[in-house]
Amino acid sequence: MAGLGMGGGGGSSSSLGRCSHAVVRALPESLCQHALRREKGTEVDFARAEREHQLYVGVLKGKLGLQVLELPADESLPDCVFVEDVAVVCEETALLTRPGAPSRRKEVDAMKKALESLNLNIVEMTDENATLDGGDVLFTGREFFVGLSKRTNQRGAEILADTFKDYAVSTVTVYDSLHLKSFCSMAGPNLIAIGSTEAAQKALKTMQQMSDHRYDKLTVPDDAAANCVYLNIPGKGHVLLHRAPEEYPESAKVFEKLKDHMLIPIANTEMEKVDGLLTCCSVFINKTSEL
Amino acid sequence: MTTEVGPETEVKKESEQLGADAAKEKPEETTESQENIKSEKTLSEEAHGSPSSPALASQSSPSSQKKEKDLSEGKGISRFIPPWLKKQKSYSLVEPKDEAKKKVVEEGQAVEKSECQLPEEVAQPEGNLEKATAESQQEAKADDKEEEKHSVSSADTQPAKEDSKETEVEKVSEEQEEKQKVEGKRETKEVQTTEIKMEKAPKKIKTVQCKVMLLDGTEYSCDLEKRAKGQVLFDKVCGQLNLLEKDYFGLLFRDNSDQKNWLDSSKEIKRQIRSLPWLFTFNVKFYPPDPSQLTEDITRYFLCLQLRQDIASGRLPCSFVTHALLGSYTLQAELGDYDPEEHNNDYISEFQFAPSQSKEMEEKVVELHKTHRGLTPAQADSHFLENAKRLSMYGVDLHHAKDSEGVDIMLGVCANGLLIYKDRLRINRFAWPKILKISYKRSNFYIKVRPAELEQFESTIGFKLPNHRAAKRLWKVCVEHHAFYRLVSPEQPPKAKFLTLGSKFRYSGRTQAQTRQASNLIDRPAPYFERTSSKRVSRSLDGAPVGITDQSLLRDFSATTVGPAGDVVFDSEAVDQAKLKDGERRDEDGSPTKTPQLELTQDEKSLEEEITSILFSKEGFSTCMKSTFTSSTARTAEGTVVKDNVPSEMLSASPFLQLSESSHETLNVVEEKKQAEVGIEETVVIDEINRGKMQAVTDAGETRKVEHLSKKDSSSSSDSSSSSESEDELVGEYQPHHRVTEDIIREEQEENEDAKGKKECATKIIQSVETLQEGSKVKVTVEHTQVTAKALAQKNAVAIETGEKNVMEEGKQDPREENEEEQLKINGDVSHVDIDVASQIICCSEPPVVKTEMVTISDATQRTEISTKEVPIVQTETKTITYESPQFDGSAGGDAGVLLSAQTITSESVSTTTTTHITKTVKGGVSETRIEKRIVITGDADIDHDQALAQAIKEAKEQHPDMSVTRVVVHKETELAEEGEE
Repeated sequence: MAGLGMGGGGGSSSSLGRCSHAVVRALPESLCQHALRREKGTEVDFARAEREHQLYVGVLKGKLGLQVLELPADESLPDCVFVEDVAVVCEETALLTRPGAPSRRKEVDAMKKALESLNLNIVEMTDENATLDGGDVLFTGREFFVGLSKRTNQRGAEILADTFKDYAVSTVTVYDSLHLKSFCSMAGPNLIAIGSTEAAQKALKTMQQMSDHRYDKLTVPDDAAANCVYLNIPGKGHVLLHRAPEEYPESAKVFEKLKDHMLIPIANTEMEKVDGLLTCCSVFINKTSEL
Repeated sequence: MTTEVGPETEVKKESEQLGADAAKEKPEETTESQENIKSEKTLSEEAHGSPSSPALASQSSPSSQKKEKDLSEGKGISRFIPPWLKKQKSYSLVEPKDEAKKKVVEEGQAVEKSECQLPEEVAQPEGNLEKATAESQQEAKADDKEEEKHSVSSADTQPAKEDSKETEVEKVSEEQEEKQKVEGKRETKEVQTTEIKMEKAPKKIKTVQCKVMLLDGTEYSCDLEKRAKGQVLFDKVCGQLNLLEKDYFGLLFRDNSDQKNWLDSSKEIKRQIRSLPWLFTFNVKFYPPDPSQLTEDITRYFLCLQLRQDIASGRLPCSFVTHALLGSYTLQAELGDYDPEEHNNDYISEFQFAPSQSKEMEEKVVELHKTHRGLTPAQADSHFLENAKRLSMYGVDLHHAKDSEGVDIMLGVCANGLLIYKDRLRINRFAWPKILKISYKRSNFYIKVRPAELEQFESTIGFKLPNHRAAKRLWKVCVEHHAFYRLVSPEQPPKAKFLTLGSKFRYSGRTQAQTRQASNLIDRPAPYFERTSSKRVSRSLDGAPVGITDQSLLRDFSATTVGPAGDVVFDSEAVDQAKLKDGERRDEDGSPTKTPQLELTQDEKSLEEEITSILFSKEGFSTCMKSTFTSSTARTAEGTVVKDNVPSEMLSASPFLQLSESSHETLNVVEEKKQAEVGIEETVVIDEINRGKMQAVTDAGETRKVEHLSKKDSSSSSDSSSSSESEDELVGEYQPHHRVTEDIIREEQEENEDAKGKKECATKIIQSVETLQEGSKVKVTVEHTQVTAKALAQKNAVAIETGEKNVMEEGKQDPREENEEEQLKINGDVSHVDIDVASQIICCSEPPVVKTEMVTISDATQRTEISTKEVPIVQTETKTITYESPQFDGSAGGDAGVLLSAQTITSESVSTTTTTHITKTVKGGVSETRIEKRIVITGDADIDHDQALAQAIKEAKEQHPDMSVTRVVVHKETELAEEGEE
């Protein structure tokens, strides 16, 4: 049964980050050569990437005590580690997306099985004209912002709106970035972490204008560091996975000022080379009832 | 929503942004002010040089008289009616034969009533008004007589050109009018009393049976007096329901096109529904953002019923889970605890929880129902509401529209502002504080929004509604929502009713703040009420949005006043070289004016005081507002775990704006009627001549006389107004005013009062002009061109000298403030519209002015600018009359001097757009400043063009007190009425 409780219906922000389960996927070796990337850069050190990812999963599992469903890698799907893009889960409903990159569409299948096993209401995006990457979906706990990017189009956003009817879904045009969440994410129930670039700030302005709510913002110097993972784990309180000080020292300092949060720095240097950020590698589900 | 109203802590957080905003705004202002300073320099120079211009007032009377003559039906400037008289006019307008006109009378009364009393008080049946009507007719006759006298006398005087005569005439007329005024006032009172008496003992009551569909699906029927106002029925229904917190609710009726319209409580039902059946539905009109703040459970219950309808009909979309959850609370409220024996498998199918409800959903509902054990019905309702209120479409009233590119969108009006949707996606949002003005014209709906942080200019965004009525409905819904949620009290304090004569629609009920206050006083044991099963709910379902407003309300209004279009052209020319003429002028015009003008000043002052007090009281409201919204702010902030020391900043769209807005918001509702359907175009040319030192006196007294004149005019103008009765308004405007500006204005006023130095005076003017400039950045009133006033001022530099005082006193007025004051001052202005007795009449028709409007696409993410140059294709009647002083030809006309400078300033107030063209030339060693003002007064039948014209003229004169009007061209364009609209 749903864990909605009294205030569970539409949009109580205090439930943001609540989760019991996470879905992750191992990274294939093909990632190094064939994963999509916006710019050609230094080669991915696969071993290191794997280590970083294992650390990440380890935190979720060991440190936070989540039930983690680990999907096996698929060498034919070089980007399959980035599970975030293929599913948007909000409360009891999961929307399986139609990723903007055709090469990634098959990634959905494994995710579908995983989510089915969690007994979620599953909505599939079957419209051939729709594309949506989960990386373009920012759920604030009160509403959705959907980045219209190279990967996500209007139709995809519409389907998301139809799926999560309780919430306002506002569109934000994304320039110069892969995804909306390439430069922002939730860092707390009412707190948006945002990068400092002009594009990031512009997107934030749009979100501010569109929202009936007033969010706090946490501005970090580095766009990539603005992508962090906020979780609210019973017994652990506010948990924030953020980029390590070795990677983004200035941004890490900003995070370190969040005194209420359990801060967990995580390195993500290798995955970032193929545009992978912290949120990209997991899908969180909150199941309060027994499975 | 919280974003708008920043509690102080938030303010602090936002200080950063605030600063940024402020910084941005400043440069803008500076550039503007620089510009203005230029122009002002010109002006002030003139002011120093010229003797203050004399009795403009005296000039006006002949002009108006003449006009009257010319237009025979008193359509011209002659109709400068003082606002209070204008109100009376609605009484005096009546012509026995015309049914419609009677209605007008009543309408006027109704309006007054709604202004003066709380809705409930208005509630009693109006009884029959016949007696009242009769009285007012008498009054009207009296007025007519007076008017005749006047016109006769003026006719005499004008050809004679003799000052003494004119003086006499004016004096006489003045006295008469004084009397008349007093009488009129008395009579009005009597009329009202009579009305009340009649209510108690009506002679004959025609009753109609009236049916109201209640929220629980039952039908309530009652007999109503045929002329009963909406409030009567509404109160009956609320009485039946035992509902005290009724301000959130309203009655709907369907028009012929099956659109739902809100029944206006302050107006007669019959006039709103016309031939439609007397069938209404009782509905929630304003959804309380926080239902837990409602005082009584019964109120929450009705809100629940409404929401159940909304949800079941699909109007309020919910997810599966929410459908189930809300459904389960409904069951708990209506059936009590789940009872496995009583509540078998079928019981649930009789309820409708969702537009389409699956077995799966029903199972879920039952499952959840079981968990609510122990909740009382009231508690269950509360839970229901707590969940429902979070739905993103809660309380959003959707209207179909197209954006400027023809893309289908939806406009959603809600407590926080205006939301723009494309399909199900929110593509933009305009919080109330961001909106400067809401208007509609024909089927277009416009909002003027504050410049965004990085933008310099205000922008106007246009939407295309399916038709004119839809546009008006949307506009009305916006006006009402804004008033209800954002104001502490409805826009207008009763006393100030004549301040905004031009505006015909505004929210007349109580605001949320007021109703909350009132609710706090509710002192009764919780009333018992039966919760009927929502099984029935499905009956009255439909997908129509709730917030649809009634167009006919507006139409009703349109009947009360004429909505002529007109162009007023002011030519104020200070003729220097013509000493003779100058002298003549003085004799002619100056003398008569003096006495009345003194009175005028007083008059004006008291009015100003009144205005000031209104502003102050509004300020008080805004303080209240803050506290009102604090709670909701707190609510929004919930869940923020970030500590203060965290370097997080509050997000808000534009904190500065919002803040200032929330604490300073005042409103001015202006509705402009479009002439597209009825058009009268007036062009008046006013010639002002520089009178020199006499001016101080002159200025002082002007208004009074004018008032009187206009009084007469008012009755004469009634004809035209009645003729245009049937027109439908095509234009509406609603302009939230901002406290900040007004504060400045007030300060200016005060300063001005003791101002002695020229510098100060100059500064003032600059300030006021600044404001003007600001207002003019974006023209919202695109094509509603009606009255153009040109003021041409020619002046001798030498002649300019003591004008300062006047400048200070009069220049202080800010156009924005004048929006509110406008009507008041107008009266006085008539005097300015002065035309030489010997003025020549020239015909020069002004082409209707079509302005261009910047329209930006509604999508925040991709703004594009397009311009609408929609030239109205309407048949028009055009009348142009030019009044010129005899000297004009010589002085203003031929010799081209050396151009020193030329400058064009455009300003915009509620119903007028003023383009000022100042040219400085040197002619034969004498510098001459010529100011040509083109004032476009826009409006439909609701606006009093004469007043607007008078106001415009007055403003022009106030801005250049040292100059005289040498020519007034009134170009009035009336579009031929389509009678069908009503």
